[in-house]
Amino acid sequence: MKRLLIPAALALLLAACSSTPDSSDKAGGAPVETRGGSGGVTTVTTGGVESRGLPAVLTDPTSILSKRSVYFDFDSYEVKSEYKDLVTAHAKFLTDNRQFKMLIQGNTDERGSREYNLALGQKRADAVRKMLTLLGAREDQLESVSLGEEKPKNEGHDESAWAQNRRGDMLYSGEF
Amino acid sequence: MFPIVPTIRRIVLLAVAALALLQGSAQAQLTIEITGAGANRIPVAIAEFGGEASAARIVTSVVRADLERSGLFKMIDTSGAAMTEASTPAYDEWKSRGADALAAGSIGEGADGRKEARFRLYDVNKAGVLGGSAFVTSKPMLRATGHRIADIIYEKLTGEPGIFSTRVAYVVRASASRYELHIADADGQNAQVALISKEPIISPSWSPDGGRLAYVSFENKKPIVYVHSLASGKRIVAANFKGSNSAPAWSPDGRKLAVVLSKDGGSQIFTVNADGSGVQRLTTASAINTEPNFSPDGQYVYFTSDRGGSPQIYRVGVGGGDAQRVSFEGSYNVTPRLSPDGKSMAFISRRDGSFRLSVMDLASKQVQVLTDSHKDESPSFSPNGRMILIATEQGGRGVLSAVSIDGRIKQRLSISAGDVREPAWSPFNK
Repeated sequence: MKRLLIPAALALLLAACSSTPDSSDKAGGAPVETRGGSGGVTTVTTGGVESRGLPAVLTDPTSILSKRSVYFDFDSYEVKSEYKDLVTAHAKFLTDNRQFKMLIQGNTDERGSREYNLALGQKRADAVRKMLTLLGAREDQLESVSLGEEKPKNEGHDESAWAQNRRGDMLYSGEF
Repeated sequence: MFPIVPTIRRIVLLAVAALALLQGSAQAQLTIEITGAGANRIPVAIAEFGGEASAARIVTSVVRADLERSGLFKMIDTSGAAMTEASTPAYDEWKSRGADALAAGSIGEGADGRKEARFRLYDVNKAGVLGGSAFVTSKPMLRATGHRIADIIYEKLTGEPGIFSTRVAYVVRASASRYELHIADADGQNAQVALISKEPIISPSWSPDGGRLAYVSFENKKPIVYVHSLASGKRIVAANFKGSNSAPAWSPDGRKLAVVLSKDGGSQIFTVNADGSGVQRLTTASAINTEPNFSPDGQYVYFTSDRGGSPQIYRVGVGGGDAQRVSFEGSYNVTPRLSPDGKSMAFISRRDGSFRLSVMDLASKQVQVLTDSHKDESPSFSPNGRMILIATEQGGRGVLSAVSIDGRIKQRLSISAGDVREPAWSPFNK
């Protein structure tokens, strides 16, 4: 802890003008208490993203293509064999419909740093993208991104919730 | 010297007035609760300011609350004392009340309906003047004036600049489809909304001039880095490449941002100019590389990488080249943030399954864990290096906590409805 010291010059200055104490740090007069350009804050509201209609084959609940999620094990970034048929079906759709583009969003559970989780989610999205590419989809049809832990499907805080959040989602143009 | 005060003391303090400027938000109360205090608190008497009563009350209460909240001062009762900066203090009386320092002041009428706030600070034991100042102000700026006065008192008594005039940015998740980026004074008051979005906002980072925030917004269904000028609301896209764009960090000169891009595969650190031009790749290891943070001298970028098998902290020269590992203890060390003097590093370390704020002395590599919480995130140093602001969890809700670098003083900032997260402490208010 620093001792209390008296800066002699300052004491003299204040004593000399005791009826009108001046600013201790600005000899040219008292500072005016405004914050200039950095004080005010203007509120901005973001725009949304419009959705378009999709062909029934992508949305019909009886079609495998209506399923869009690949789930991952804890600390894993490999697409499990049980999702091979699903990813294959989407790769075939993209191969047959070159005008379609897909956004693959990787997700993680809530544990740990948000930015590190964003990078982990990217690994999951990249794993799905690579598999789609190997099965015939073109790179220019695909974009893999991460939502990290930011968009949990299940907002719970236990293993069953986390398992639903370790996920890659495949979205077609019009859905993103 | 100053009396030793037991540290176990638990002060639960103060809250808050309505945040009149918080547009469009239902939940508007940011409350600050303090637990713990420094070992050697300086006993200070802040006499009720003289002059116009309502204005004087505002300034007096702001100065007292700021100093008390810092955990470094003990407020001495001033009841019965009617004095201003023009009075001669009764030093013996203040000595008997236990004060080491005394401040007194007044609010007077200035030109054009403005106010003039004056104060003086005295050393009670030496019976002399320590400092003083006068501010021309206005009614809406009285709180800001109180913060300036508290900053001067803090600096005179501790030798370090005060941070009461700084601001904090943070994100409020009001619901699953409403996220708000707020800017509030360091005492939690006067919150203003910079951005409202249906999608998440993360990783706000102040420009060194305090006028802009870089952050990651998911408003277009993917992470994109924006630079947002607070006064005008003007936003520019700083990084929107194919894939993810995230983790912006300003260079100390404010010209560049380090960002993390997945455009070349994986997560790699790049630098871009603040207008988004001039992209240059900094890391090359085919692993995760994220959470960049410049050293204050601008020579290094500290970052998190799993290149060694588990997430650890590394640093690389701004010109690229080989990275050096910085963290060694434990299997999960992330989010490096350098102190303003560049001598220490705040980060989050996983210990026994809990994520805790830790500080490393970079010269000795000595690590101190500062909290016993479970879900600490996103550390941010105060510009004087005294406190670290983090996001943590309490009762299942996100709250902010300011922790002193020795771990003794903790302030908790929460909002009654909604999660608060992703704090960033502003630079000094120039």
